[in-house]
Amino acid sequence: MPSQVDLVETVGTTVIAITGELDSSSSTPLRDRLMALIPDSGQVRLDLSGLTYISSAGLRTLLLVYRRATSRGTQVTLTGIQDEVWFVMSATGFLNLFDVEGKPEP
Amino acid sequence: MSTQDIGDRIDFYPTHQIAGYRVRIGRPLPFGATLVAGGINFSVYSNGATSMSLVLFDHGAKEPKAELPFPPAFRIGAVFCMIVFGLDYESLDYGFRADGPFQPERGYRFDSTKILSDPHARLISGRDVWGAPPDWSDIYPYRSRVLMDDFDWGDDTPLRTPPEDLIVYETHVRGFTRHPSSGVSAPGTFMGLREKIPYLRELGVNCVELLPIFEFDEHSNPNTNPQTGEPLYNYWGYSTVAFFAPKAGYAATGAHGMQADELKTLIKELHQAGIEVILDVVFNHTAEGDERGPTISFRGLDNTTYYMLTPDGYYYNFTGTGNTVNCNHPVVRNFVLDCLRYWASEYHIDGFRFDLAAILERAPDGTPLPNPPVLEQLAYDPVLRDCKLIAEAWDAGGLYEVGNFPNYGRWSEWNGKYRDVVRRFLKGDSGTIGEMAARIAGSPDLYWARGARASVNFITAHDGFTLYDLTAYNDKHNLANGENNNDGANDNNSWNSGAEGPTSDPWINRLRMVQMKNALAILLTSQGIPMLLAGDEFGRTQQGNNNGYCQDNEVSWLDWGLAEKNSELLRFTRALIAFRKAHPTLRGGEHPRGVDYVGSGFPDVTWHGTNAWQPDWSPWARVLGVMRCGRHAKGGSERDQHVYVVMNCHWEDHEVALPVLPEGTEWRLFADTSAFPPYDVCDLGKEPSIIVPHRYLVRARSTVILVESATEGTPA
Repeated sequence: MPSQVDLVETVGTTVIAITGELDSSSSTPLRDRLMALIPDSGQVRLDLSGLTYISSAGLRTLLLVYRRATSRGTQVTLTGIQDEVWFVMSATGFLNLFDVEGKPEP
Repeated sequence: MSTQDIGDRIDFYPTHQIAGYRVRIGRPLPFGATLVAGGINFSVYSNGATSMSLVLFDHGAKEPKAELPFPPAFRIGAVFCMIVFGLDYESLDYGFRADGPFQPERGYRFDSTKILSDPHARLISGRDVWGAPPDWSDIYPYRSRVLMDDFDWGDDTPLRTPPEDLIVYETHVRGFTRHPSSGVSAPGTFMGLREKIPYLRELGVNCVELLPIFEFDEHSNPNTNPQTGEPLYNYWGYSTVAFFAPKAGYAATGAHGMQADELKTLIKELHQAGIEVILDVVFNHTAEGDERGPTISFRGLDNTTYYMLTPDGYYYNFTGTGNTVNCNHPVVRNFVLDCLRYWASEYHIDGFRFDLAAILERAPDGTPLPNPPVLEQLAYDPVLRDCKLIAEAWDAGGLYEVGNFPNYGRWSEWNGKYRDVVRRFLKGDSGTIGEMAARIAGSPDLYWARGARASVNFITAHDGFTLYDLTAYNDKHNLANGENNNDGANDNNSWNSGAEGPTSDPWINRLRMVQMKNALAILLTSQGIPMLLAGDEFGRTQQGNNNGYCQDNEVSWLDWGLAEKNSELLRFTRALIAFRKAHPTLRGGEHPRGVDYVGSGFPDVTWHGTNAWQPDWSPWARVLGVMRCGRHAKGGSERDQHVYVVMNCHWEDHEVALPVLPEGTEWRLFADTSAFPPYDVCDLGKEPSIIVPHRYLVRARSTVILVESATEGTPA
């Protein structure tokens, strides 16, 4: 299943849910869509509870979006990471590069 | 126009169309597949090919999706280069098809039926999960893939630990955590090793040396275990398939093609823990074997360049594996250099240990060279300047260069002579004392121009008995390797302590424990770079197998249950490592001069026997004392306590008279291997006084370590 992006806005916080599988074919459209959705300030929660697979290119896209957003002052937190995706992010070190809800202290 | 405005350029666009793909002429350098704006630059060298094609697959597909011949205009010199636009790099496998003459007698072995791996491939797919049954019908078994080299290293750099301060721990990535007792979440992987970093920190080592991690095929061993019928593996991995690619099967994420990120994360975290990473690299041969072996890459691209060939076109076999890489050919020299630069810069590797490095001394016809270009080039390379270069200074063709390896003041060596004499001393051989003194002092007879830092001291390594087996077996027991016990070394200098193999005799088991401690005590108080074999700190056994290269099972894997069972040995090793780190007088990079050049009243190093100041160099002597003056630590630049080590390999006790220390100081006991725990070793700074000052009863087959301390009630 290719990835999808859904936006929910509450007061003060934007929640963006990414669902499906994120690989190189879905990366570029996802990047453009996320950059359009992420506001220039405030807090964003990227809800990954519906993300079932992420590839190497997918991780890079996610980090690129994260860095662009944080560099312009938006606070981004990843939430709801599933076990399989968590494992891959942990093994490859990507987990350490994000603000992640529920990440154990090093 | 500022460089910031160059978002677009003419050469970001294709000029040609080949096989439905938009392309343009590529750049010859760098070799391999490189991501460029809008496309991928493919560049491959072949001196003898008459034509070349780029073969593209969807990742894992059985058949290629396209084959793009390089037009004549896309060849510069002997380099075929092309940029292909619009490719999805992540879902791509690529290879080359080279056509040219098949004239073995002239060295040409082109075969256009084969799809060839890129020698510079930075990612390989095909053996993604260790041990998973391969598809033997695959027309392209080791597939080159494209890697994004964009790892975020933060502030990490290689650690640049002075060589003489290293304490090296040699291990196998898979064997280290594959055993169920390891307790890690991803056994047998880079990630598993990463989970053991706290253990390594606690142990105190500051460098791990990894057995080969370049992509190899664990299935390349055709033998089976004659006792069980189970298949044997190429477990150690001394048979490289791809020199730029980390082994996918060593990564928990190898199935997803993320082995590079996983390995880099391991290295980054090891560095954060103060632990360097040295890779065991195998440039002496490849996995292609001789003319009967598989054509994977080099043979099909440029056989005459990459391999040493006899005048009639067969392979020289100085490695015992079928072929020999032609390391002093100018093209191959650059290949080796590019490869090591890549690992140093992209993976932050701290050093390299070269397997059968004497091969790198040989000319294309096999003759040893006085000034081998490849060794000189590596020694002076700017990118590699801070990398340790360690030679296994021999080969299987009879070249034994320990002490004579062309070094340019830069190369250090695995000191095989250290291993041999310490083993002979430990089992009580006569005639070892004189050589022991030389080895303990950093082998000035071998490395007088380079200093003690050139000597990697070891008693055990992956190749040979483990430390426990050294004390438990007289003979190798290699039947499980499927070669009728003909493989593996015969000259082990081992002693079984009274019974061959496991025994219930408590005296023999006690003696083995003490002998292991003796070995560790000698190793960790010798000048030079000590190297431990992983698991020796808790008595790992290979059941007498001294050549575990094919044993992917309990024979080779570290049984972490032994850390509990032999906690006495683990505690002893930790304490000894801490002692070495606390005492710079043990870690001099230069050899001792045997004189007092700081005015302390003692020469830097002095030798003693059962009587102080009277070393016994006679053939029947079996007691050696060495005193290192603390004021001469690191050439007098650091202040340390004096350290006295007495080694008794005799089967009888000896009362030893100790050198008298100046008023206000005394000898205190740090370790006595004959004592039962907790009295065998103590915490730093908690050393107790000895009963009679200046005399100590050194028990049969034991080692005693004493340290200078202020006498009770006297200001230090």
